Formats: sequence, C-alpha cells, structure tokens
Amino acid sequence: MKRTLFITLTAFCFAAAIFSAPAAAAAPAEEIIITGSTTVLPVMQKAGEAFMAANPDISLSISGGGSGNGIKALNEGLCRVAMSSRDIKESERKEGADKGVKAVRTAVAVDALVPVVHPDNPVQNLSVEQLRGIYAGRITKWNEVGGKDENIVMISRDSSSGTFETWQELIMAPDKTAPSALSQASNGAVVQAVAGNRRAVGYIGFGYLNSSIKKINVNGIEATAESALSRKWPIARELYIFTDGAPAGAVKKLTDYLLDPQKGQKAVAETGYIPLSGK
Amino acid sequence: MPAASLRRETAVRRILAVIAGCSLLFLGMIMLFLFIEGLPLFSTVSVSDFLLGMSWYPTAEPPEFGIFPMLVASCAVTVTASAFAIPLGVMTAVWLTEVARPGVRRMCKPLIEMTAALPSVVIGFFGMVVAAPLLQDLLDLDSGLNLFTASLMLAFMSVPTICSVAEDALFAVPASLRAASLALGATRRETTVRVVVPAAFSGIGTACMLGMSRSIGETMVVLMTAGGAGILPRSLFDPVRPIPSVIAAETAEASFRGEHYRALFAVGIVLFLFTLAFNIAARHISEKNSGGGR
Repeated sequence: MKRTLFITLTAFCFAAAIFSAPAAAAAPAEEIIITGSTTVLPVMQKAGEAFMAANPDISLSISGGGSGNGIKALNEGLCRVAMSSRDIKESERKEGADKGVKAVRTAVAVDALVPVVHPDNPVQNLSVEQLRGIYAGRITKWNEVGGKDENIVMISRDSSSGTFETWQELIMAPDKTAPSALSQASNGAVVQAVAGNRRAVGYIGFGYLNSSIKKINVNGIEATAESALSRKWPIARELYIFTDGAPAGAVKKLTDYLLDPQKGQKAVAETGYIPLSGK
Repeated sequence: MPAASLRRETAVRRILAVIAGCSLLFLGMIMLFLFIEGLPLFSTVSVSDFLLGMSWYPTAEPPEFGIFPMLVASCAVTVTASAFAIPLGVMTAVWLTEVARPGVRRMCKPLIEMTAALPSVVIGFFGMVVAAPLLQDLLDLDSGLNLFTASLMLAFMSVPTICSVAEDALFAVPASLRAASLALGATRRETTVRVVVPAAFSGIGTACMLGMSRSIGETMVVLMTAGGAGILPRSLFDPVRPIPSVIAAETAEASFRGEHYRALFAVGIVLFLFTLAFNIAARHISEKNSGGGR
C-alpha cells in the first residue's frame, strides 16, 4: 500500500514536473513517455530516477495503467516505451501494424512468485494443482496436502496488484481466487501475516523472501534465481518493454541503462524481481 | 457617520458570506465530482447487481462489481464496535459528571480527549501487531485479522468521541434539576438514571451517532486489521472487507477513468450516503429533544 502510494505520488510528481518543465526551463530536454504494466512500474521508477540524474538532457514521464493500456498507447503513438508483464497479443500486433507501428520486445527482468508458509508448517512441496485448489477454496485443510489437521488460512493480494495478476495467470487460471482469502496490500504485509500465523499460506515476490517465513517447493522444484531464470520454476514470467522499432537514440540509451548489470539490473533486484543474468 | 459604519458593517458581512459560500462551494464540488466520476458505472452495471452482487473481481475478464459482502461487513463492524463503544463511552461520561470528584474529572477529561487525537494508523498498527496475534493465540483462531479485532480497535477509537460529547451534554444539565430531584427524596442513583440521563438524552444520542459515523468511515484501522476477505461473515471471528478498505487498497492501481475507477467512486457514493444518513440521524435526535443537554 505504502509502496503503491509512493509510486503513484512519484508518478504525479514526474508528470507535474514534466508538464511544467517547458515553461520554466527552456532546456531542450528530450522527453520519453513510458506507460503500461504496474508490475514493471517500480523497476522503471527506480531505474528512471538514476537514469535522469545521469542523463539530464533526457526526461522520463512514467505512469502505470496496465500492460494492455501500455501497448495500446504505443500503437497509438501516445508513448515511446510500453511496459508489459506479458507478451504482445497477435491482435495487438496487427492493430499496431495498421498504424505503422512495429512493436519490438525487450526483456528487462524476471518476476518470480514464491508460495510461503509459517516456518513451523511441515509441508515442503505443493503441486500447481494443489495451490490452485487451495486458493480456489476447494482444499481447506492442511492435512489434505500432507500437513497438520488445521484449517488453511490463505493470504492473497488485493485484486488490482500486479502480483495478484501474475498469480491469477500462472496458477489460478481458469479458476478465480476465492473471496474467503484474506487480502493484504503489499508483499511486506503478506510476509508479516504469514510469519504470524501457523496456518497461513501466502505468495510473494522472490525478492521478499526472508527467514521469518518458509518457501514452498512447487512441483518438486525449489525456488532459486537459477530455476527462475532457466524457466524451470513454474511461477515465473519475463517482464518486457516494447518500443516502436528497435530502440534508438534516447530510448536506446534507456534500454542499455536498464540492461546494465551495474545499473538497471541492480534496480531490478532492489525492487524484488530477478535480474537477467549477464546482459 | 452612521452611514459609514453601516457600510463597513455590510462590507464585513458580505466578506464573511463569501468566505462561508466558498467552503460550501468546495464541499459541493467535491460531492459533485464524486457523483460525476461514480455514476457512469451504472450505464454498464445495474444498481441491483452492484449493491446485491456477491463477488468483487474488478480486474477479471469480464469484471464483476458486487459490493454486498462489503456492505454487510461495514455494517457488522460498525454495529459490533458500537456494542463495545457506546456503553463504555456513555458510562464513562456518567461517571465523570455524576460520580467522580471535580479534581478527578478535570484530570480525566483532557486525557480522554487526547486519546481521541491518536492517529488511526497507530491504532491500526497496534491492532495488527499486538492485538491480532494475541487474540489469535488466546482464542485459537484461524487468523487474528478479523471482524472482532477490527471492531475492538474501532471501539477504541470512538470511545473518546462518544465519551467527550456525552459528557458535555450531561454537564450541561442544569444543577437545579439535580437539586430538585434530590430535594424530592430521590437517591443519587435515582437522580442520575431517571433525571440527569433522560435530560441529556439528545446529547447522548448525538454522541452515539457521531461515534458510529466515525466507525463506518474509518479506513486505516479496518484496512490493517479486518483481514480483507470479501465474504459474508458467519461468525464474529471471520475476516471481512469493509467498504473504506476497498477504496484505500485499490485506488492507486485502478486505471484513470476505467471501469474499476468508476466502481471505486460508486463505492465512495455508497459510503457517503451511509455517513450522511448517520449525520442526519444525529441532527434529528438533537433537534427532537432539544429540551435538555445540547
């Protein structure tokens, strides 16, 4: 909650700064409008600040609105960079082609979610089907999945967060998360709720793992940066930016910055995602 | 001369009217904005589906906007909180005016009013970190974040409001009434129960209504302690999701002027109507029995 609020506020500040910039300073700063997925947004915010400090001649206008809206904006020429937590759809590609826009995909990070339980919980492994059953409300007792005879308390994220969407797509589809799930407003709040409840199960971004909670293996695979990058981990997806044609000029500078292991990829790790290995 | 001072008088009056008008205008515009942003939702979602729908999946395809579980949750939390807060608040007020010695009263009143100034996020944090784990272990609950914990924290928040307003009302009961009652041979207890409290009834009613409207509109406490499950509560210890917490949790992520955004504003309209009803009720009570108290 606090984080999203912060992001929105920063987005507002950026927008305000950019709208007022032409009048105040006549500096010919090149503006790059970036919009799209709220999952990618925190990476862009974090890397963007440092990028603008390093390149005062380029200003970024960053806002969220969802992957679909981002790609739509790119197709309509309303932004130069679209952030997306999924690949472009065939229909969207066609729409762009009609307007002369050729969307080019660049992966910038890997988002991996990890199911977590209280350290006292004996359960080590759950299959994707079991996780889906738990969150759809069909499995309600831990002993149905090899644990104690206790109710399962499922902790989810509020339904508009990017984490919830990823979970929905990679685990839940075509089911929906049962309304009886407790919802927490941030990764940190989920960690706290799970750490304080022996019957709880939750899911968090990879970067939020710590010793107060226990990660669960899924389909027998352990969640590590390697298994996520090699795509063995079943709850991982790549996060992308889309540009019209191959990145060039200022946009190329931004892309290079994002992919630099010492710069953009550091922001990726700090935001709780997994940096791409090497370049 | 008199003409000049009269002119000055009119000028001052006009300036004050303009200032008062401004604040009314701003409030009116906020209300107008709320309705302009929220009402378009009902071109795609029917009012009955919205108010009586059981599931809230604002970002699914197709989205569902049913707020019935949240309405029930808000009412349940408010009623439970009032069940704790009203007796506690009113009794404390009675004790302060009728029983406690003036010195004690002078010390206690500011203390109680100070707790009214506690930021709600502090109370919410306390509920989340201290009260919820305690209740969870003590009562062996599935989760300490539930209707009961949230109500307890809300009660904690509204007791000072209720107590302070009710105390003012009781204190305003003329001493002559008490004296008359005692002179007729009534005991202190009879005087308090049969004379002073009825005389201050309207003020006490207003206090209760104000306390309840504070509970129903409170956001941070329920966001942090109610658990946030969009279900109809079957027991006091089920997690619930009251209306304000939905708005707080989702507004930052809803795309501007999208359907989800409209839905959140429509939820805001419902909340506004709720608190408006409470305030009208409070006013009604205080006007109806404007004999005693305030």
